[in-house]
Amino acid sequence: MADTIHDTAPHKADTLLGADELVINMGPQHPSTHGVLRVKLKLDGERVIGSECVIGYLHRGVEKIAENRSYQQFAPYVDRMDYVAAISNGLGYCEAVEKLLMAEAPPRARVIRVILTELQRIASHLLWLGTHALDIGALTPLFYCMREREEILKIFEKYCGARLTTHAFRIGGLQYEAYDTLEKDVERFCKGFDARIQEYSDLLTGNSIWIGRTRNVGVLNAADCIALGASGPVLRASGVKWDLRKAMPYAAYDQYQFEIPVGTNGDTYDRYLVRIEEMRQSRLICLQAIENIPAGPIMARVGKVLKPPPGEVYHAIEAPKGILGYYIVSDGGTQPYRVRVRPPSFVNLQALDKMIRGHLVTDVVAIIGTLDIVLGEVDR
Amino acid sequence: MLDSLVFYFFAGIAVISAALMVTRRNAIHSAVFLITTLLSTAGIFLQLRAEFLFVAQIILYVGGIMVLFIFVIMLVRLDVPLPQIRSRLRQWTAGFVALVVFAEGVIIVLMSQSLPGKGLLALTPAQGDKLPPNTEDIATGLFGLYLLPFEIASVLLLVAMIGAVVMAKKRTPAE
Amino acid sequence: MSGAFQGVLAFVQAWWVELLCAMLILLVVPLIAGYIVLVERKVMADMQARLGPMRVGPHGLLQPIADALKLLIKEDLIPDNADQFIFWFAPVLSMTAALTSMGAVAFGPWFHVARDINIGLLFVVGISALGPFGIVLGGWASNNHYSIIGAIRSTAQLISYETTAGFALVSGFLLAGTLKVSDIVEHQRADNVWYVFLAPVGFVTYLIASIAETNRAPFDLPEAESELVAGYMTEYSGFRWSLYFLAEYANMIVVGAVGTTLFLGGWLRPFPNVRWLGWVDAFPALLLVAVGAYCVARAGKQPVRVQRLFMWGVAGLCFAVALIFALAAPVSFAPLKLAYAGLYGAFWFLLKVSAYIYIFMWLRFTLPRFRFDQLMRLGWHILIPLALVNVIGVGIGLAINSALGWQGWMTIVGMLPTTLATIFVGMLLIRWNDKHAAAASAPVVTEVREAEDSYAG
Repeated sequence: MADTIHDTAPHKADTLLGADELVINMGPQHPSTHGVLRVKLKLDGERVIGSECVIGYLHRGVEKIAENRSYQQFAPYVDRMDYVAAISNGLGYCEAVEKLLMAEAPPRARVIRVILTELQRIASHLLWLGTHALDIGALTPLFYCMREREEILKIFEKYCGARLTTHAFRIGGLQYEAYDTLEKDVERFCKGFDARIQEYSDLLTGNSIWIGRTRNVGVLNAADCIALGASGPVLRASGVKWDLRKAMPYAAYDQYQFEIPVGTNGDTYDRYLVRIEEMRQSRLICLQAIENIPAGPIMARVGKVLKPPPGEVYHAIEAPKGILGYYIVSDGGTQPYRVRVRPPSFVNLQALDKMIRGHLVTDVVAIIGTLDIVLGEVDR
Repeated sequence: MLDSLVFYFFAGIAVISAALMVTRRNAIHSAVFLITTLLSTAGIFLQLRAEFLFVAQIILYVGGIMVLFIFVIMLVRLDVPLPQIRSRLRQWTAGFVALVVFAEGVIIVLMSQSLPGKGLLALTPAQGDKLPPNTEDIATGLFGLYLLPFEIASVLLLVAMIGAVVMAKKRTPAE
Repeated sequence: MSGAFQGVLAFVQAWWVELLCAMLILLVVPLIAGYIVLVERKVMADMQARLGPMRVGPHGLLQPIADALKLLIKEDLIPDNADQFIFWFAPVLSMTAALTSMGAVAFGPWFHVARDINIGLLFVVGISALGPFGIVLGGWASNNHYSIIGAIRSTAQLISYETTAGFALVSGFLLAGTLKVSDIVEHQRADNVWYVFLAPVGFVTYLIASIAETNRAPFDLPEAESELVAGYMTEYSGFRWSLYFLAEYANMIVVGAVGTTLFLGGWLRPFPNVRWLGWVDAFPALLLVAVGAYCVARAGKQPVRVQRLFMWGVAGLCFAVALIFALAAPVSFAPLKLAYAGLYGAFWFLLKVSAYIYIFMWLRFTLPRFRFDQLMRLGWHILIPLALVNVIGVGIGLAINSALGWQGWMTIVGMLPTTLATIFVGMLLIRWNDKHAAAASAPVVTEVREAEDSYAG
């Protein structure tokens, strides 16, 4: 890996004090990089004038492994990519393979998938909020968010036995029937959740210290977002109303009414507001979905051994962190020829350099947090 | 008896610290010993029943000026050797002049009685327990009898502060 | 030689009480500071919907002992190129400043820690000014670039907010007319009003400045763990680190004591001069009885026998102390009466200091952290002008009061116009600052020559 930092000769005239530029290294072991991310920062005094991300510390060769596993065998692997929101990974993969097989999950399975995915979106955003607030110095929201996340993880555990890497969905539908109190549990959680979101909002949204730390920090305008390929709340906070759940509906999303929150400035504060609002909207989707879960089978007839016809498919979903895409090439055998994952964190991370230039070193932590990256996804 | 003991304690620390201060190679060590010197001087003020001066010495000298000194020592690279000290002749001249000044001081103090005009004024020490409280005393003096010099001094300090801020402000290209 | 020995003997004879108090401070305050850490952890846990330390001792009560033991037996690491002398000296200086400043506070009418000196609170403020040295020298001695940056930032923050704290205290001194601790409280009793009601802006300014003085959140950027710059305490481990830590908590006690003495009426009970509110004197005993009753109620619900016994023990202790308080009322034996007055005073004083420190903790767990430039902006652009205006306002208010001859509670009315004017000025300052603060967060992009920008694109 070419070490581009040391190739640059220091420019004395460029910097304010005529001093040499300073290069400091952040990570891969750092409490605030949310994983093993290494960021080389080029500083002029306190201001960042350039940066370079070094990734790959968590690369496990997941895409290569896919070539040697059958389609069903690979499904648990995708959970480990974005380990914070495993269910959405599973949804994207299963739907992609279903597209390849030209099969469709039955309506009951699709609705239960939506419920679990939206709960997972809430859980992912809760973790993001807690850790982001902790980075900026607010110690308490983390524990409140974990308390709510605990309830969601309990629902997952009751459903499929696992809290984090759930492997909840199967290709063609679901394996487990919704357990008998699923609707009641989800309803009880959603009923109490609105007050909790208000709690987090009260702590942070109007707080002038919070606003001071997040307004105008890490601004990314809409044109830059689109040029860099950013997606998810990062894109929506910059003013672009693009959400795959509305633009290219999948699963059962076309049946539900919900809003897409959009920001104006594209700074950290707007991304925070967008994610808080997304949690509210996810809660509404859950409430609508449990109103009537259609009866019927939970698994389509796809057979035990999956041998999709040769071809390729790209299927993208709106994961909590952005657009998660799966490009699967089948050669007719039981194992995929190629699985390529388009992780949202990987693409969003490219915006980091643009966002931190000109800011103080203290803001770097806030900006990395606001991108909501998971290194498992970035490195695969 | 007690007074002498306390005085000699603080004075001893002051002299030793001052000697250590000028002989250290490391600038921060010198600064630390200057702090102890100033603290012992404050102790001498305390021994003289001037408690306000004791606290003022600590707040202003130690808490203000020494912090400034230490900032400057840390932020400015001082290990660049000053060329003029290298000259042997200058070292010897400086030492000689210092010795002469010191000897002069010692002679004046020792022979004060036999100099014309009865030498140095030796004031009788005031009764320690009959003194007015130091704070009130200084306040009455500063704001009563010596109000005008006090105000002039504060205006002078204000001018110096404004001048320092103006000089330290970075010149952005717009200016 | 015998002269020196005589002198030392005379010194000890004259000052043995103070020497004893000094020994007591040295032994007791670190223990108290350790238990304040435990209280903070429990309060933090309570605000965060969890329990806090529960394992070491009943309800975690032996946690500070365990922590102290651990820190004492830890390996004492000194970085390679660190300056040995200053590395040793810096935490000692911090601790010395914190403990010495405690010598002038009084937490009861006759419970002066060392002596009721003439310059009282000014002594405390002055010795606290030695605190930043421990920080900046410690950061420098670590021979670590980030430690020096953190240390310099912390010291700059401390000396900036010292000015604010000083002005806020000056407004209180104007009202009290004296620096002597017992006289300040006496004047509050004579004027029949706590000075917080006469100079609320002064109290709030002092509260905020004292949070910054002790490096507590939201002003704790120099010692935050999630920041890039690791802070001046990085290279210190084991006992040396615990000295810094204890100095911080001892400082909290000291600023709490100063704020309480000057603004919150010291050891006076609420409405000290009002006769018909004399039943408030029963409050300490009642409070302890209530706590004891609560412990008795909870004792039945404890699952384990040891825990039940512990609860009974705590209840018994509360009832015993309540009995001591209650016995004061019918006592007429003069020295005992004095002692009881001191005890009551100490109770109220400690209650107020605890409330003050609770506010510190509350703010720590609620608010995010200030960025360093925002912190300095708050100090210099908002708080110092506000404190200055406050001093002038209090002076004008005093003049109004003395011209109109108002005494006692009426002085609040006399102070009201200037207090409102000061608050108005404060709001103007905040509004003016908000306009500039948003621009301060915006990125400052310097011109970078494209040809050599290896990070472009």
